[in-house]
Amino acid sequence: MRRVLLTGNAAAAWGARLARVDYVPAFPITPQTEIIEALARWIDAGEMAARLVTLESEHSMITAAGAAAATGVRVFSATSSQGLLYGMEMLYTVAGWRVPWVLVNVSRGLSAPITLEPDHNDVLAARDSGFLQIHCAGCQEVLDSVLLAYRLAEDARVRLPVIVNLDGFYLSFTREPVSIPEPAEVDALLPPFDPQGLAFRAGAPLSQAVAVLGGGPYSYFRYQVQLAAQNALAVYDEIAADFAERFGRSHPAVEAYQCDDAEVVLVMMGSFATKARAAVDRLRDAGRPVGLLRPRLLRPFPAAACRRHLLGKRALAVIDQNLSPGQGGVLATELAAALYGRPGAPLLASFIGGLGGRDIPPEELFEIARVTEAAAERGETPPPRLLYTEAELRELRKLQTIAAVERDRRGPAP
Amino acid sequence: MYRIRFHGRGGQGMKTASRILGSALFSTGFEVQDAPRYGAERRGAPIFAYVRASRAPIDERGVIQRPDLVLVADDSLIPVPAAGVLAGIDAHGLLLIRSAEPAERWRERLNAAARVIVLPITEPLLDRAALPQVGATCAGAAARLLGVVPAEALAAGIEAELGGLGARVVERNLAEAMAAYQAMAPLAGAVSEDGEIAATDYHPPDWVDLPFETARVSAPAIHAALTSELVDTGLWRSLRPEIDYDLCKGCWWVCSSLCPDGAIHVENGRPVIDYDHCKGCLVCLAVCPPHAISAHTEAVTPCAESS
Repeated sequence: MRRVLLTGNAAAAWGARLARVDYVPAFPITPQTEIIEALARWIDAGEMAARLVTLESEHSMITAAGAAAATGVRVFSATSSQGLLYGMEMLYTVAGWRVPWVLVNVSRGLSAPITLEPDHNDVLAARDSGFLQIHCAGCQEVLDSVLLAYRLAEDARVRLPVIVNLDGFYLSFTREPVSIPEPAEVDALLPPFDPQGLAFRAGAPLSQAVAVLGGGPYSYFRYQVQLAAQNALAVYDEIAADFAERFGRSHPAVEAYQCDDAEVVLVMMGSFATKARAAVDRLRDAGRPVGLLRPRLLRPFPAAACRRHLLGKRALAVIDQNLSPGQGGVLATELAAALYGRPGAPLLASFIGGLGGRDIPPEELFEIARVTEAAAERGETPPPRLLYTEAELRELRKLQTIAAVERDRRGPAP
Repeated sequence: MYRIRFHGRGGQGMKTASRILGSALFSTGFEVQDAPRYGAERRGAPIFAYVRASRAPIDERGVIQRPDLVLVADDSLIPVPAAGVLAGIDAHGLLLIRSAEPAERWRERLNAAARVIVLPITEPLLDRAALPQVGATCAGAAARLLGVVPAEALAAGIEAELGGLGARVVERNLAEAMAAYQAMAPLAGAVSEDGEIAATDYHPPDWVDLPFETARVSAPAIHAALTSELVDTGLWRSLRPEIDYDLCKGCWWVCSSLCPDGAIHVENGRPVIDYDHCKGCLVCLAVCPPHAISAHTEAVTPCAESS
């Protein structure tokens, strides 16, 4: 085992390398491209025995990945944002094929307006596809989660593809100390892929997805995906326990930090949750009983684990780095569904922040805790709050002023 | 925790600087986080990179808001708002500027609460078409200012980051880094770690409730036809082409058609450079048949001082 500085992208590539993947269909997109560049370099140098093929789009890339997985080889690919959405049709399709493989998504906000910086709307657009989802908060977790994802995807009780998500910039281009496990240790965790009868061959054509009409057969196949995804909860716990025993690193389905005696709990996903962990330390210094809950699995949603940590608390502050227009934060909705009607369900305050990579400084996390404590005191759920300041609005007004001058100069539309 | 920001232009080696310093600190036993931040991945565009170093695992993320040390590789970035060079520097911070001008002048200009020092530029720029690569220099200076990085760790950082580029590159960068390391010896340890903001004593955010505004105002649409004209891309330029009209033969078709930005127009049969939009790529310099175009580094000349 070596402990070195690696970016999240390099950690993802190391995960694929150590998983001894056979096939990597690829298409570049910022901020993901470094992952396939690293794999291409290793393959070129003979350090990795895999085949990398550049496709003409993410739609083809995901199709190729699913088709290759159907032949019984281990498949890896990576994408981001617009690329993930461009391949969306095939995400649902290959999940329906019940072929296991791992796709890394480097989160980046969606157009329009276009950005390069992260939020989670891209990966959440794939929420209902049948892919399982693991969300990472650090670079070590990225490497480890790719390995966990293969074990999970290939388990006979699951056999579904898995997305491993990491945040653009905040993880993708950020180096942190990462322990790279020895290949033999990984081989013991992750034996060669047992294709369990997957044997698609070009010479022996096979339809991966028959047409079904009338709804009954369709319901059967779709609900099998649901049952497999639900199985994944217990299977994940098993695998994570095995991983912790072998490597001494714990990656539970839900990370609970200082939750046991907490009255108010911050709930977040992804790399910004580490900022909340630091804020919890400061709040604890000030004698405030605040904790942090971070679901690592979004699909399947670890509802029981969330309930175990949250029932009986006074209030939750759910900070969503995403937005479902017309509803609000996706994680807030998921948690509300997990807690609804349960005795001891806490008050739930919803915050939207970090859209398009917008930072969440410690002061805001302190204020979120304060607002939520006050709401619990009053017993009144506050309206959802967008993390957006006077200074940001002033800056936006400046841009709008420039745009308005330009509009006026152009005159009325014909 | 130490919090360090490097500011420069794409191509000057700021990401490399952050990685050399990051690796040096890591080999010294620190937990480290280093990252570059850029929008347009373009040579000459303002970029910055940052390093956090702590004895404990680092949970803080993202752009450093309150730096202990800011290094500026290119002083022409200081007045560029998008570069954000001065962001968050308070009296605790130290600002090191690579500049041909003295620290006293920068102190006077910036009126900054932070301590301002200069890493003097003494070498004349021989190749004007190249942005000087100063990543190793900046890393070396930062390492000494922190006072916690031994010279061997700095050398190990350079080997770790640049070893793949061959012995000559390592040797050159090592010499540059060590020169800056020596130059900063009188200020060794001048940078001190800052603590964390306490949950009991912080400025609460001035959150606003965003009002609804009609799509005519709130859609992200801008009049596109003339926007490229409105953006002063000339601000991106680090090297300025100048035409010597004594040598110019008036073969304007060459430079004006090959300028990738259409920033050369023709007046009375002679090419004229539009400096509001010339990005300084120097294609004109390369293609000019009579070699009438030369390149000059851009320098900051505030109005108050130019008179």
